[in-house]
Amino acid sequence: MSANVLFDAPGPRTRARHRLYSALGLLLLAALAAAVILRFADRGQFEYRLWEPFVTPEFDRALLVDGLLKTLQMAALSILFAVVFGLLFGVGKLSEHRLLRWPSWLVVEFFRAVPVLLMMYFLYFAYGVGADGIGAYWCVVIALTVYNGAVLAEVFRAGIAAVPRGQAEAAYALGMRKSQVMNIVLLPQAVKIMLPSIISQCVVALKDTSLGFAIGAPGLTAVGKQMYGEFQNQVQAALVVAAIYIVVNLMLTWVATWVQRKYVGERKPLEPAAFGLTDADTGLSTIR
Amino acid sequence: MDDVIANFDLVLKAFGLTMGLFLVSGVASLLLGALLASMRVGPVAVLARAASLYVTIVRNTPLLMIFIFMAIAGPRLGFTFKAVEDLSVGDWSVSAFFFRSCLALTLYTSAFVCEALRSGINAVPLGQAEAARTIGLTFVGSMRTVILPQAIRAAVPPLTSVQIALLKNTSVAAAFGMLEATARMKFFSNRNGDDRVLIFLTFAVGYVILVELVSAVGAVLERRWAVSR
Repeated sequence: MSANVLFDAPGPRTRARHRLYSALGLLLLAALAAAVILRFADRGQFEYRLWEPFVTPEFDRALLVDGLLKTLQMAALSILFAVVFGLLFGVGKLSEHRLLRWPSWLVVEFFRAVPVLLMMYFLYFAYGVGADGIGAYWCVVIALTVYNGAVLAEVFRAGIAAVPRGQAEAAYALGMRKSQVMNIVLLPQAVKIMLPSIISQCVVALKDTSLGFAIGAPGLTAVGKQMYGEFQNQVQAALVVAAIYIVVNLMLTWVATWVQRKYVGERKPLEPAAFGLTDADTGLSTIR
Repeated sequence: MDDVIANFDLVLKAFGLTMGLFLVSGVASLLLGALLASMRVGPVAVLARAASLYVTIVRNTPLLMIFIFMAIAGPRLGFTFKAVEDLSVGDWSVSAFFFRSCLALTLYTSAFVCEALRSGINAVPLGQAEAARTIGLTFVGSMRTVILPQAIRAAVPPLTSVQIALLKNTSVAAAFGMLEATARMKFFSNRNGDDRVLIFLTFAVGYVILVELVSAVGAVLERRWAVSR
């Protein structure tokens, strides 16, 4: 529903009123911006020495290579593993065998409900820390893998369920076995529907890599911490790091929208079902 | 594990704090999110742009960064929120840590609440609004009797997901000085090195129960308010 049908075409008095609201709104926003700028100036946060690290090539390289690259690596690895994890358990949830279906359901529900940070702390203190530990880096990757994998399992299940039933029936009629039906007929069609959801999950994974901060893992946030530890420029470091996250995430979102438009069409992207509800067939009737 | 059982009141207290963070920031984020959503669908272009900018920025910022803004960058600008420590509700005195955590969670979650509400309004068929205008209802009348009742119902499932995410996100406060469930798990886990798996499972099950509880409330509301179309 577009919002403009809610209003009549505004007449002169309404237009005047809207102009007043616009002016008041602008005034409010300007006051807010002025308050922030004044506060910055008041506390000496515009001083060049606080911003200098971010225009120094050496530190920019640290931010981008030790920070952003590590963050992207962790996110990419965990999404890669999460796709495998999600495929395994998503298909498992669709299995005809209870022995496969129920454990898959349990695993997916459990990892979806447990906070990522709880998982990270557990992995880090149980297996990560110490000389023979796996280290904070892999704790972040594993924690993100199981969480995003569980979310993706639900996406995969919904995606496979979204392929019209006639496809599977036709494949069975040709004499294919169950695994053939899944691998040759259902999955290739489902992947196309799921692609945008997988890419938007990358944004979630990328944002969540910052939780590694709590267990001392490398990444953008960690580099930011080192920089404000050294230069005492907490505000500036936070602003710069947040800006990098926002730019990268916007680029990922843009890719997801592009893929959606190119391969899926105007259909709504798949959204993982809410907790406990496993009926994701709603709104997923036909593929093009 | 005996340590956890002997000190089970600490576990319950920690989950109580988790619930406290969840309830306060849940209600606050619903209010702020509703304000943002009404700005976004409203007729004033400046406010719509501002709300949309806020949502885009906050949605793409990690929650942890927002916590860093509140707890680490904030004090550099003079925002320590120490003033709230003079307040007290009954026996509870509000700590600056609690206030900061709630503020960060609210600012973050309200962007998602705004999106959920907007998707609810978008779910109302165009014909409903047209029909309401046709029978002569004013803007307020059509909003109050036709659009919003349907939009709020349609927004219940996404709002439930958002609130569940908030419940899990309260764990980030553990990294910023709140002794809630996740921080308490760390505490017990470090005190009892041999029982780490069991301790983790205990706290994880606690979270699973809370999540299922919120999701059950959402399902009940959804069923009670369901409209046949």
